Amino acid sequence: MRRIHDFHGGIHPAENKLQSLATGIRPAGIPSQLILPLAQHIGAPSQPLVSPGDRVLKGQLIASAAGHVSVPLHAPSSGQILAIEDRPVPHPSGYSAPCVVIECDGRDEWVEEPSGIRNYRACEPSALLEKIRSAGIAGMGGAGFPTAVKLAGKPGAGITTLIINGTECEPYITADDILMQERAADILAGVDIMRHILKPQEILFGIEDNKPAAIAALKTAAAGSDVEIITFPTKYPSGGEKQLIEILTGKQVPSGGLPADIGVICQNVGTAVAVRNAVIYGRPLISRITTVTGDAVTAPGNFEVLLGTPMAHLLALAGFSAEKCERLIMGGPMMGFTVSGAEVPVVKTTNCVLAPTTREMPTPPPAQPCIRCGLCAQACPASLLPQQLFWFAQGKEFDKLEQHNLFDCIECGACSWVCPSHIPLVQYYRAAKADIVKQRRDHEKSEQARLRFEARQERIAREEAEREAKRAARKQAAEKRAELAAEGGDEDPVQAAIERARARKTAQQGTAPANTPDGGVKQLAALREKLAKTEQRLALSREAGEDNKIVTALEATVQRLRDRISAAEQSPAERETP
Amino acid sequence: MTLIRISSPHAHGSDSTASVMRRVLIATVPGVIALTWFFGFGSLVNIIWASLVAVACEALALTLRRKPLGFYLQDYSALVTATLLGIALPPYAPWWLIAIGVASAILMAKHLYGGLGYNPFNPAMVGYVVLLISFPVQMTAWAPPRGLGEVPGLLQALQACFLPAQYDAVTMATPLDMVRQNNSLLLEDLWRDPLFGRWAGIGWEWVNLAFLAGGLWLLYRRVFSWHAPVAMLASLGLMAALFYDGGSSASGGSPLFHLLSGATMFGAFFIITDPVSSAVSVRGRLIFGALIGTLVYLIRAWGNYPDAVAFAVLVANFSAPFIDHYTQPRSYGHSKSGGQP
Repeated sequence: MRRIHDFHGGIHPAENKLQSLATGIRPAGIPSQLILPLAQHIGAPSQPLVSPGDRVLKGQLIASAAGHVSVPLHAPSSGQILAIEDRPVPHPSGYSAPCVVIECDGRDEWVEEPSGIRNYRACEPSALLEKIRSAGIAGMGGAGFPTAVKLAGKPGAGITTLIINGTECEPYITADDILMQERAADILAGVDIMRHILKPQEILFGIEDNKPAAIAALKTAAAGSDVEIITFPTKYPSGGEKQLIEILTGKQVPSGGLPADIGVICQNVGTAVAVRNAVIYGRPLISRITTVTGDAVTAPGNFEVLLGTPMAHLLALAGFSAEKCERLIMGGPMMGFTVSGAEVPVVKTTNCVLAPTTREMPTPPPAQPCIRCGLCAQACPASLLPQQLFWFAQGKEFDKLEQHNLFDCIECGACSWVCPSHIPLVQYYRAAKADIVKQRRDHEKSEQARLRFEARQERIAREEAEREAKRAARKQAAEKRAELAAEGGDEDPVQAAIERARARKTAQQGTAPANTPDGGVKQLAALREKLAKTEQRLALSREAGEDNKIVTALEATVQRLRDRISAAEQSPAERETP
Repeated sequence: MTLIRISSPHAHGSDSTASVMRRVLIATVPGVIALTWFFGFGSLVNIIWASLVAVACEALALTLRRKPLGFYLQDYSALVTATLLGIALPPYAPWWLIAIGVASAILMAKHLYGGLGYNPFNPAMVGYVVLLISFPVQMTAWAPPRGLGEVPGLLQALQACFLPAQYDAVTMATPLDMVRQNNSLLLEDLWRDPLFGRWAGIGWEWVNLAFLAGGLWLLYRRVFSWHAPVAMLASLGLMAALFYDGGSSASGGSPLFHLLSGATMFGAFFIITDPVSSAVSVRGRLIFGALIGTLVYLIRAWGNYPDAVAFAVLVANFSAPFIDHYTQPRSYGHSKSGGQP
């Protein structure tokens, strides 16, 4: 039996998972519209390959990956591209971002029979990674990091442990639980593909002990394989990547580092299924399992939902009563964020749509002063001192915040949950982090400016020194010549210098027409010609109703030419060369 | 449908500052009952009068600071300060003494520093020390325990408080005084004095055990962690053991005597656990508690005051930020030296 480690802190919030486990996975069907944000993952947004009006088929590539850390996007159903425009997307800041909007035709026609690699064990890992990359898979546990990038890893970083995260420690959410119950074999098939890519020494499948049905299903499916199904006591946030690694291996990920630094990679169970579908069946990631729950829906449960489905469509399937619901949350009650409206779509990272009633999650009472009771420090899974961080965050003491390891905060919300004074601690930390990042960026900018300035100063000084050296050399040479002349007396250096100057003057007169009155007249004529042409162009532009910018620019040019001509006419002697 | 936008987490535990404070108040009940049984109604009258003054002072300070009265009065923090000070003061203290103590605690130690959560010193102990330095006679007059004299009734207690001129107080030395001033008797012989009971002074030992019971209940309810109280009791016991001297006439008293005398248990579970003015990390609280235990013994054995908890706590409050600075816990993913593992 493997030894289970514990991590510091943690809390036991009400689980509220049974509500959504009453039924199995239900299909969510095809909504009339699919809204697909181009950024559903961490990294550069995908680049659209289709235009409004195009007909697309299910599984068709509609946006390509933009660079290495990016993923492509596929049409989840067949239909017509309605628009590529900014729509409200699920994001903590509630902003709108570019989305591909598909008007579904309901025929759900596949682009072509996708081809998979049944015998993936005979395949090079790079070919499998390419398959995963082109299927558009990003971590489905919540962060949305491109899976192929994570699996490819740093060259040379030997992965010894592959951890499959089936913890799902957030209250209310059961998407992974139901997936493990119903599709344990699919998960393990995905795990086997990852094993082939990573070749780890051990595969640990971590799962909290509050999911007995899932554990039983997995143990049956994993019988005979070397995948260790490891259960451990339920405690929030044991599903956090760093916490799960500590529970299963006893090791801690170095601050600021990645799990790969200690030879570990974590993958979510949903990602494993997506990998299986991509490699074995060649199917891109176009749907996922999403929990719809909360007291504001009458039939909570888990849905297999096409990406891009508006949350309103899902909520309607679950019997949503909007008047009871004050906030709509994507994710769980601890780390989820409120969305701006039900028109926001389900994306690759949407594991839950939580619609609580006002009674279930009342508006928080006003915060009382911190009495430094220390409950937060006892609850913090990163062993931070949240009460001190709060103190420093209020005072904007950025140095102290960094010294107290603010950036090791995983924003799990345990401190806020236990706080008897109802202080929204996490909110303070998020704001402080953003401030510090901004300050760092500003500092970097000014540092660069300083470096540029110093480099310029140095260059000027160097050039000056070079000139000085040349001058000195010339002077020395002249002195030497003078000495020689004095000694020899063959040639008079003064006379020679005068000769040289005369020769130079004659040459200049021959090649500088602009300095002569004749040259000035020529130049004036050229200016006038230019002015006439520009005026003509301006008139044409105005008639054609061209862009305002062009017209203004032309007007400016005309004015400038006129000024110059009048200046040239008034004082031909003082005019500048063009 | 307009949806509100709130930052996570959306779920909260059920604790509130008020419920924490209420628990502290409830936990004082066994100790107050023991005090009342052995020393009469004096402590109860202290507590009630102190609470009235405290609420008035709190309301005054909040009004002056233009803070919402109802919101802040509901946190019970003023009542906790008043109750703790009422328990610490000698029973049958005159009303003005209590009023001065409470006013110092609430107005000076708490609100002058910014109110709840901002006070660097324990308000009840500041009130206590102000009184101890200003009115040493009244502050060192403890009533005799049940069995050694008549225990005054409620009426007498009210008279002692509000008509102090008409009240003829009976006071006597406490067991801690007896042990400190003893320089001729073996402890064994000293214990023949009727003032002593089984382990410590008559009454005092039970009062301490009652506060211990209340404190253990608070620990069970996780109102505070065990670190500071255990460290304080352990260091006090260790100091007493070191200077026990086999019970000679120069002995400072046995560890058990010190643990069950004066304000030891009351201090360990109700005073030094005040989170606002104590150190914050686990290691910090261990050091904080150990410092107080050591200081309590030093002042009891070689100082000039009847008990030492108040001074020890204030000195430790002083050092709390310093302790915090050096006891920052190792965060996840960092090595002990502050770097990476």
